[in-house]
Amino acid sequence: MRGRRTPARVIVISAFILKRLALSLVTLVLLSAIVFCVGQVLPGSVGRLLLGPFADHEAVEALNASLGLDRPLLVQYADWIWGFLRGDMGRSYMYEAPVQPFIVEALGNSLKLAAVAFVIVVPTAILGGVVAALNHNKPIDRIISIGGLTMTVLPEFVTGIILILVFGVWLKWLPISAAWPDGAGGFTQIHYLILPAMPLILVLFGYIARMARSGMIEALESDWTRTAVLKGLRWRTVIWRHVLRNALLPTITVIATQTGYLIGGLVVVETLFRYQGIGLLVFTAAKGKDIPMLLAGILVIGIVYTLATLIADLLCAVFDPRIRLGGRQ
Amino acid sequence: MNGNAENVLELDDLSVAYRVGGTDRLVLRNVSLRIGRGEAYGLVGESGCGKSTAALSVVRYLPRNGSVAGGHVRLDGKDIMGLDREELRRVRAEDLSMVYQDPAKALNPSIPIGRQLAEVFEIGGASAKEARSRAYEMLEKVQISDPARVMGGYPHQLSGGMQQRVGIAMALASDPKMLILDEPTTGLDATVEAEVLDLIGHLRREFSISILFISHNLAVVSRVCDRVGVLYAGMLVEEGPTDRVFRNPRHPYTVALLRCLPGGGRRKSSGGLDTIPGFLPGLGAIGEGCAFADRCGLATERCRTERPPLHDLDGQMSRCHFHDRAQSLPHTTRHAPDESREPPAPRRPVLRVQGLNKTYGRDRAGGGVAAVKDLSLELKAGQTLGLVGESGSGKTTFARTLLGLIEPDEGGRIELDGKELAERVGDRSFEQTKSLQIIFQNPDSALNRSHSVRGLIGRALRQLGGLRGAAMDRRLKELAGSVRLTDHHLSVSPRQLSGGLKQRVAIARAFAGDPSVVVCDEPTSALDVSVQAAILNLLVELQSERDVSYIFISHDLGVVRYLSDNVLVLYLGRVMEYGPSEEVFSGPHHPYTEALLSAASDIGDAEDGRIRLEGEIPSAAAPPSGCAFHTRCPRRIGSICDELDPPLKEAQSGHAIRCHIPADELAALQVQRPSTLSRPVSAERRDDNGRP
Ligand code: SF4
Ligand code: SF4
Repeated sequence: MRGRRTPARVIVISAFILKRLALSLVTLVLLSAIVFCVGQVLPGSVGRLLLGPFADHEAVEALNASLGLDRPLLVQYADWIWGFLRGDMGRSYMYEAPVQPFIVEALGNSLKLAAVAFVIVVPTAILGGVVAALNHNKPIDRIISIGGLTMTVLPEFVTGIILILVFGVWLKWLPISAAWPDGAGGFTQIHYLILPAMPLILVLFGYIARMARSGMIEALESDWTRTAVLKGLRWRTVIWRHVLRNALLPTITVIATQTGYLIGGLVVVETLFRYQGIGLLVFTAAKGKDIPMLLAGILVIGIVYTLATLIADLLCAVFDPRIRLGGRQ
Repeated sequence: MNGNAENVLELDDLSVAYRVGGTDRLVLRNVSLRIGRGEAYGLVGESGCGKSTAALSVVRYLPRNGSVAGGHVRLDGKDIMGLDREELRRVRAEDLSMVYQDPAKALNPSIPIGRQLAEVFEIGGASAKEARSRAYEMLEKVQISDPARVMGGYPHQLSGGMQQRVGIAMALASDPKMLILDEPTTGLDATVEAEVLDLIGHLRREFSISILFISHNLAVVSRVCDRVGVLYAGMLVEEGPTDRVFRNPRHPYTVALLRCLPGGGRRKSSGGLDTIPGFLPGLGAIGEGCAFADRCGLATERCRTERPPLHDLDGQMSRCHFHDRAQSLPHTTRHAPDESREPPAPRRPVLRVQGLNKTYGRDRAGGGVAAVKDLSLELKAGQTLGLVGESGSGKTTFARTLLGLIEPDEGGRIELDGKELAERVGDRSFEQTKSLQIIFQNPDSALNRSHSVRGLIGRALRQLGGLRGAAMDRRLKELAGSVRLTDHHLSVSPRQLSGGLKQRVAIARAFAGDPSVVVCDEPTSALDVSVQAAILNLLVELQSERDVSYIFISHDLGVVRYLSDNVLVLYLGRVMEYGPSEEVFSGPHHPYTEALLSAASDIGDAEDGRIRLEGEIPSAAAPPSGCAFHTRCPRRIGSICDELDPPLKEAQSGHAIRCHIPADELAALQVQRPSTLSRPVSAERRDDNGRP
């Protein structure tokens, strides 16, 4: 621990990162296996599905064989993964075209939407939580806590519809469809995305603010905050230097895990606002029994989710020496 | 008395109230005390007496629901309560510092220690660079061996003792006039406690600082303080120079408190411990008369109607009508030696452990961390084996292996009632599981359910005793009676009980299946002394009634000596000494035992000639070569200690010591200083002799 970068310290940190990476990898392998199995047990033979109920048996078998569906499962799985890694995600039954470009575009769109939501919600929610905690049990705290809670329990489609009616139809401030005109610039795109992002923002605000608030309250009541105050530090310094850093650690994790929610929320919001994101894509694929599209979509969502959790863990480690350096031997 | 220049701190008629359920309840009542320049004042009392509230009102950091109901706190004549925000901050920055009970929590977990310490100098106007170098010096002053390393480290990387040194460094960094120590050594090992107390004593002289020392531990206070005040139910009931108060207490509460301590070499065979009957009055619920009247053996009608004033007895104060008779307070337990307690019949062994090892992270090459090494012992029916050693000595690992919660290495053998005990608790027979039970330090974890106490004990009786219906009810009544739980206690949820009562519930549960061995893991460490005395008495009674055997783990040597027939001293998982309690305590002892005894605080001990262990207990992952204790041994004789692991040799029959120094030589070396724990010290010894 002497100095900042002795080998021992580097080893501890890299061991930590490696462990997390390995864990994420295991998660992904499991996830892909599950997704693959789900694909196997979905009803109906693919050939039958494609050719329709009146095609004769031989034709169905022949198609299955040509699609490689008569090979052992493990081979099919390996094939699927190998293809996936090379960017070949199979062919969509519905569009009769490679899946990959659809996924890439939809993912890009969803990330844009999520980014707009996050950029707005994270700072405001943290600020809200911190302000609430600093005014514990005062009116401001009540307003933020109860308001946040209310918004969290309202389903997205309800808030979404209200928002469309108020801002899109009545006030006409914002476009009600997320589909921006072709060739629109960055600002225009954001302008189109604000309304669809709002339902997500409202739900997330409640969660994140609540976490930030409770983290703050706990930190404010801690013994080390007392130490800092009784040292004679200015209140501002106590908050900035001592309290915030520890208080917001759990919040970082919450933000990352909310990615999971975000995906569910995206399906609703994207459908409501007719936005070509990954949520809408997976939803349509499921409806149309477009299995390759469905599987690829779910796997991609899984990857995004795992990555987000990994990043959250690493961020926590950056801020929390107890995780970064491990305990005393 | 207003602003006497000689007094650094004055509490003047201070009352503090907490708002609970809409009403204000007084937790401090008209407390007045003064602390002179360079004086150390100890404020003692049991939990709930208001001592921490007193400390927090001095620094004006009362909890949200607390408020000052009257009186003043003056620091150097300045009224703390009248300061505005900025003035208060300056007072905290310059004049007033505090050291806290739990150093692990009092330091910010995510800021490097050097930074947290340098901060204090920066408040005082030092540049960042200057602050760093002064932080470094400060760490040297509190005798931290590698300050550069500690500066860049984080609190969780340090041991408790080191953390507390950092806490002290931080408190002294601003060169304050007044230092408040709130239970600074509670939760530390005795050896570490001794070092920290030494350090405080040493720095006190160097910085010529005034001290307010808050503690529940009378012995610790007696070692540090010039004067003490005893708090009871928020009132100062006795005050005076430390040795006068402890040698010649003039308030029945102080007398009773001193009698609860199992120090002074007392043994269970010489009779039970005195306790203080009844309970502390509820928050703010004191009637007209003396607050102690309900629990006082000297109380008369006058006590119940007329509140006693603080009598000034020539520098010693007592809030008792009958201060002149305080020491004639009747004993609550008989003191005569109980002959029937030593039955002549040879006792049968119930537990036998042979060659037990526990290595964590063992690899094929034989590496790994040896937490318990080659441990053998025998426990006879109705006897107690005391297990002592610092934290990290393997006591808890041993207890857990015994209970089957941790699997030991192959090769060892544990026998209970003559039958081999499977390694894992799941593989043990029902009979064996119920005969081997445990009582923990903190009963909460085992009891924290929404059940009523009756339900909890009932379930244990069904599971362990296999009882149902009327038979169970009968047994439950009997069991509750023997641990002194009333019907009222049985009907409430354990959460509503105090620590002592919870521990009684835990004991009742452990005894539900009529165990033959009960492991007691620090069962009284978290309790007040009067409650501790009652629990110890209870354990002794249950033992003589049921012939149960105990393995008693404790860091309090006075308690171990009182309770144990045999004692096992562990260091780094190795048995250093093993033998009959009296012989281990009276010596010759192993140098490690000697150091432990020397570190233990007992009231009235001389301060000179104490042995101190240098440094921390080495890591079990890299145990020292040769004698495991050689890195800290004050009696090390030379390279033989570094190279050769000494065998466990018999000093007297049944008393074995693992040291290269022969027992008779150890005895000769150790005779020079009287064994601290065998000296008659407490006030009751004096009144046994008929003198006040
Ligand atoms: S005043 Fe009475 S009740 Fe109170 S301590 Fe003295 S003798 Fe006991
Ligand atoms: S063998 Fe040597 S180092 Fe070990 S306890 Fe004895 S004297 Fe000390």
